[in-house]
Amino acid sequence: MDAWQLAGYAAWAISALLLGWMVLDAIRVNREYSEDLLLSSREGYDELLEHERTGDRR
Amino acid sequence: MTDHAIAAGQPQRINLLKVLGPAHVWALGVGIVLVGEFMGWNFSVGKGGALGSLIACWVIGLLYTCVAMIDSEVTSTVAAAGGQYAQAKHIIGPLMAFNVGLYLVMAYTMLEAADALVVGDLLAAVAGTETFNTQPWVVLTIAVLAFLNYRGVFMTLTVNFIITAAAFISLVVLFVGTQPWNPGAVLQHRELLTDLPYGWIGVIAAFHFGIWYYLGIEGTCQAAEEVRSPGRSLPLGTMSGMITLLIAASITWYAASGLLPWEYLGQAFTPMYDSAVVTGSDFLKVFLAIGTVLSAVASANGCINDAARAWFSMGRDRYVPLWFGAVHPRYRTPFRSILILIPIAISFAFTGLLDQVITFSILSGLLGYTFMPINMILFRRKWPLNSIRRGYVHPFHPIPALVLLALCIATYFAVFLGYGNQLLAMMAFYIGASLWFAFHRYKYVRRGDQFTMSWPKPQGY
Repeated sequence: MDAWQLAGYAAWAISALLLGWMVLDAIRVNREYSEDLLLSSREGYDELLEHERTGDRR
Repeated sequence: MTDHAIAAGQPQRINLLKVLGPAHVWALGVGIVLVGEFMGWNFSVGKGGALGSLIACWVIGLLYTCVAMIDSEVTSTVAAAGGQYAQAKHIIGPLMAFNVGLYLVMAYTMLEAADALVVGDLLAAVAGTETFNTQPWVVLTIAVLAFLNYRGVFMTLTVNFIITAAAFISLVVLFVGTQPWNPGAVLQHRELLTDLPYGWIGVIAAFHFGIWYYLGIEGTCQAAEEVRSPGRSLPLGTMSGMITLLIAASITWYAASGLLPWEYLGQAFTPMYDSAVVTGSDFLKVFLAIGTVLSAVASANGCINDAARAWFSMGRDRYVPLWFGAVHPRYRTPFRSILILIPIAISFAFTGLLDQVITFSILSGLLGYTFMPINMILFRRKWPLNSIRRGYVHPFHPIPALVLLALCIATYFAVFLGYGNQLLAMMAFYIGASLWFAFHRYKYVRRGDQFTMSWPKPQGY
């Protein structure tokens, strides 16, 4: 087994780790937050303008 | 904003984060495109010779300058994720919007797959062993970049800025290393440049691959909802990106055509790396090899960003299932859209058919460019200047729109010469998808909700 083969196995392992983390995180978010909140984004809604309107300039 | 803060503060709404500036917009547009300068553009040399490629570089450069001008005006006014999709929705109508959204998703996902394939192929070339398996590297490229995109747009495009700038610098260093001020010392244009080997029909055919010099600059529009100041950042980032690409395309052509004969250049896989090898400089060789890999990575990174935004926007409007319109409460990214496009990109990449994948990407892009002049003319007709606030107004309307339309028609002909079957297959796919949308999907769309701009009624309605 040469170094490139070993590196190839490492690449598979790292990929599985990253993809697995994203899937688990997505499942966790789906459980912890309501669907209404997750889908609440609106096109054209400007958060910065909203802060200015409400006087919140954080 | 942390999970805890969200739980305690109970926000009513979560949106994509507005954190990007003009440099990020530049990094997104140029990052997607620059890989075309390292490979792909040179196939235009195979079609039309070195001079034919230069003509294609400038003519297609004109096409993309028109694209950048039109996009800058419309996007600075319709500042929404989805870019051209959101434009089509507001200006033309739902069926056009569905098609444009699909063009965007297909063009960027296929380009992402092609970029990952290129990274795998480059590593195989470095390894030099016949048993080298590219698949883990293709998957790793997509996984790392998807992870970056999942975790936040600011870091994603900051990384893209750095690697895109490094790749661009490698082209400039190669150009300077060839001593352009001293013709004949390194560059051999006098010996290498020939007449047009296939005449003017070859030049027309070269338009197809001339697209590679600039394919993807229109992707800057996808950042519209995440830039702090769309009216300023989008035109600035897009136009400076286009200027960067015109410079990059010109120096790329000049260096490579002075170092390699057109017969070789027209079929080379890594023309810029090969050019560096011909100079005999080990430094340039290593720098260009790194630049080539970085450009492919930057392109895939930008493509994941853009494809996910387009899919997310379509989900938000129920053009595809609403489930995809979700925003991550912590990272503020369209996380479900990013996730769902990963296996699709990997599937395209695992076919290993680089030229086919890229051709379908180019065709989807070209269909998108054809929509733009129609969109622009209708935009100015329905909402004339001063009827709504525009972040940027492009000059000489309708000349850029008409030039763009004419160049698109010429490029369709060029593509038809080499890839007629793929062109017809792609058309059939989009017609089928349109029928599905019109007769099945559109009944789920909340028609009043999809128009979000507070504009007056269009003229004539």
